[in-house]
Amino acid sequence: MLSMRSAPAGVGLDSNAKRQNSMKVLVTVKRVLDYNVKVRVKADRSDVDLANVKMALNPFCEIAVEEAVRLKEAGVATEVIVVSIGPKAVQEQIRTALALGADRGIHIETENSPESLSVAKLLAKIVADEQPGLVILGKQAIDSDNNQTGPMLAALTGLSQGTFASEVKIEGDEALVTREVDGGLQTLGLKLPAIVTTDLRLNEPRYASLPNIMKAKKKPMEVKTPADLGVELRAHTELLGVEPPAERKGGIKVSSVAELVEKLKNEAKVI
Amino acid sequence: MATLIIAEHDNSILKPATLNTVAAAVAIGGDVALLVVGEGCQAVADQAAQVAGVSKVLLADNAAYGHQLAENVAPLVAELAKTAGFDYVLAPATTTGKNLLPRVAALLDVGQLSDIVSVESADTFKRPIYAGNAIATVKSLDAIKVITVRGTAFDPVAAEGGSASIEAVTAVHDAALSRFVGEEVAKSDRPELTAARVIISGGRGMGNGENFALLEKVADKLGAAVGASRAAVDAGFVPNDMQVGQTGKIVAPELYIAVGISGAIQHLAGMKDSKVIVAINKDEEAPIFQVADYGLVADLFDAVPELEAKL
Repeated sequence: MLSMRSAPAGVGLDSNAKRQNSMKVLVTVKRVLDYNVKVRVKADRSDVDLANVKMALNPFCEIAVEEAVRLKEAGVATEVIVVSIGPKAVQEQIRTALALGADRGIHIETENSPESLSVAKLLAKIVADEQPGLVILGKQAIDSDNNQTGPMLAALTGLSQGTFASEVKIEGDEALVTREVDGGLQTLGLKLPAIVTTDLRLNEPRYASLPNIMKAKKKPMEVKTPADLGVELRAHTELLGVEPPAERKGGIKVSSVAELVEKLKNEAKVI
Repeated sequence: MATLIIAEHDNSILKPATLNTVAAAVAIGGDVALLVVGEGCQAVADQAAQVAGVSKVLLADNAAYGHQLAENVAPLVAELAKTAGFDYVLAPATTTGKNLLPRVAALLDVGQLSDIVSVESADTFKRPIYAGNAIATVKSLDAIKVITVRGTAFDPVAAEGGSASIEAVTAVHDAALSRFVGEEVAKSDRPELTAARVIISGGRGMGNGENFALLEKVADKLGAAVGASRAAVDAGFVPNDMQVGQTGKIVAPELYIAVGISGAIQHLAGMKDSKVIVAINKDEEAPIFQVADYGLVADLFDAVPELEAKL
């Protein structure tokens, strides 16, 4: 049954010792609407209006890049490879990641931003080609808010997963990942290679310095297509429309705590 | 039609988020089965069998499932979805559901709809995007629909009154890819944030973690949970599991009291569906007042103790 499907552990693993000496880290980045920009729905309600708005690196991806670069600085990783998927414009975000310290970029060129499962399928091919010891992704993109790609990639590659990471330590052939879960924190030991998704408190990303931005322009960037990778993209959902959220009616100001308590008791009837 | 729901539990208690997810399944229609996967979790299965609207409980009780590691549980769920003919696989959009379900979807070669807030038809759902600043209507094109459910958007079904059968599932998947090392679980006698009827939250204006004791006293009088804004968490006042917002927990209690919280978009995304919102802030220009039903411009260090005294 599924054991056959879960087998693409064709990620042909190096020996642990070899990986220790030459661990590559793969980081994924997504180009999204800048988090400071107010979201507007198009007048025809077909989608969100992205014309002429500022785009930026998804904040969770920025944390992923920072973590990978820190692993390299700590001598744990030997190379940081950054990959992004989408139209040519995403090369801007790859350059940003290169300016933050990644070594080389891979751009998988597609017309639009594909759905999570398609992204995971494309990434699985890159994982098979590059054989990283660790893949770090943002837990979610702040546009689609899907929170899916990391575990999907883990499923397709047959690798372990540590989502919502607030701490990542590499010890021997394991990644010790502390996860932000609803009740508190959970720590898992993941067999390497592993897939990790970042939560907000994993680190505070640095700013790129001007010299590093200049250097990033010269770092190598490879461009591939889904066809090059042998992946056929398929739609799993259809967007029927987008609407603004229901607005809350403006409330009133109360002048004292006594009035507040009175209103909550007699008007709102919630206490 | 048949729906398989992953029950949220800790091996002893069925978590309330499960009841909201059952409500979403009832809105879809058809038979509803609850999967209880864990170790030593017979008690959870017994509770699950009582849930209104559930026709069957599947119990997968094995050491390999003790900590519900996604690497072990996902193949089990995918196998059940295929072999037992489920059309829908649902889980609460909690950290457990968000960790597990995409792995299931990929094993089934289908997409996932995350965090749905309404069921429009058998294949069409609404879900928030851009931190709730837009609501998308999305149609699933897959044969098996894998969905996480935002609990606050669905009123829970009754925890009792049902009489489902319990069937044991014997399949064991142990991928041996990951192991549980430890956990730090916040212990509190107060209700959980996502299940509380009343929440009182503090922001950067609280000044430090000790001052959250002021909120706790009010919480004790109201039977409320205590939350925090991301600013308060980032400042190190309180742990992250108290965070309400886009990057924390999404809540919709009957009463939400925001204290010393300015009302950043990311916080509003997590609480603006609350029935009644109260804001206490000394800055009358704070954006939180734009969503508050009752706003009090006051120094929280005066107002909160006074509020506690008057309750």
